[in-house]
Amino acid sequence: MLPTVHIGPLTLPTAGLILLLFVWIGLARGEKTAPRFGLDPDRFYNLALVILVAGIAGARLGYALRNLPAFLASPGSLISLSPQMLSLPDGILVGALAGLIYAQRSNISLGAALDGLTPALAILMFGVHLANLASGAAFGAATRLPWGIPLWGEIRHPTQIYEALAAALILLAVWPRGRTIQNMAPGLRFVMFVALTALARLALEFFRGDGVLLFGRLRVAQVAAWVIIALCAVAAGALLRSAQKLKGR
Amino acid sequence: MKTITKHWKAFFAAALILGAAWTAFTAAFGPEETSGRISAPRQGFLSPDFSLQTADGSTVTLSDLQGQPVLVNFWASWCAPCKAEMPAMQRVYEEYRQQGFTILAVNATNQDSQKAATDFATQYGLTFPILFDVRGEASALYQVRALPTTFFVDREGNIHDMLIGGPISEALMRAQVEQMLAEAP
Repeated sequence: MLPTVHIGPLTLPTAGLILLLFVWIGLARGEKTAPRFGLDPDRFYNLALVILVAGIAGARLGYALRNLPAFLASPGSLISLSPQMLSLPDGILVGALAGLIYAQRSNISLGAALDGLTPALAILMFGVHLANLASGAAFGAATRLPWGIPLWGEIRHPTQIYEALAAALILLAVWPRGRTIQNMAPGLRFVMFVALTALARLALEFFRGDGVLLFGRLRVAQVAAWVIIALCAVAAGALLRSAQKLKGR
Repeated sequence: MKTITKHWKAFFAAALILGAAWTAFTAAFGPEETSGRISAPRQGFLSPDFSLQTADGSTVTLSDLQGQPVLVNFWASWCAPCKAEMPAMQRVYEEYRQQGFTILAVNATNQDSQKAATDFATQYGLTFPILFDVRGEASALYQVRALPTTFFVDREGNIHDMLIGGPISEALMRAQVEQMLAEAP
């Protein structure tokens, strides 16, 4: 665990630096692979940037709305650099909406845009688990296995490493190969990425030591992941049916 | 990827059936959570206990404050972000102290001096308890690697949230305190 790095008088959070690095790598690699999905690299970059900026703004506004009295007493805090004042669900929602609007206005097919974003997202997910390893977040349950790591007063499963390995496998699975992609249906690669990520979480949640429980035993993350896989199954079916219809015409 | 998409029906059927079975197995035989039962300087864990002296020689013990939300702030007089966040901390303390909230400002005296810390508190008009961590024991317990480092400890003595570095924005401080105060005593 390395939660902070000291550069001269500055103390920087390692997790934040790792995330920034992987956002950059994801964008750079995504720009390179975008043409394989029939996307213009510049438009892809702009789309990713719109999602990122709107996502961050949405996450901050969401946090502020959820803690309105605190921000009314100190409105200047709205532009504070503090990453703790971000609401992830609101950020994802606003980022997705902004991306959808940008894609429609720029005549980018939604399926192609989602498939084009998939390699970047897969890279980012790998980075998220490395960031968790640095900060000690998403820690494992106590274990006596020889590869356990000492963390937060116990020898624990190195869940961050398990999850990083799973993310690396998913990255390999969804990475576009060849100059052009023969897609069975536009958007299917993205749906499969989401399903595989949810499946990995469902499988590895067992080893996590920070799970939130439902009815005393069920783990919320597993239930949510199962529902996401079911939704992905429905989405995959719909995408393939619509692609077959188009082919038939 | 091609194989998965070709056999997507089989993939999803297997994922859903095995996923449901694994979720049920986890619920029945999964390892128990340790956060909230052992002490560690991490969100969700019991706050490590410490006893430190104030300038007037009285001793303050963190566990004695159970039932009250507490902000534990590790600081030093030479630390620029500590200086920047202290006025906001004082305002938040004044506003919420009547509701039971308190601040323990733990001076990293092993890297500072009691005189400098006392002068600092006078200069900034700080009225919350200033504790002197002369041997750095509390800092070691909380694995403080940077100053300031702040822990929000809820009424049950669990770490509600923690922040490494600063200055903390006033809204974040208020939001955290209000969340802790909203939790039933």
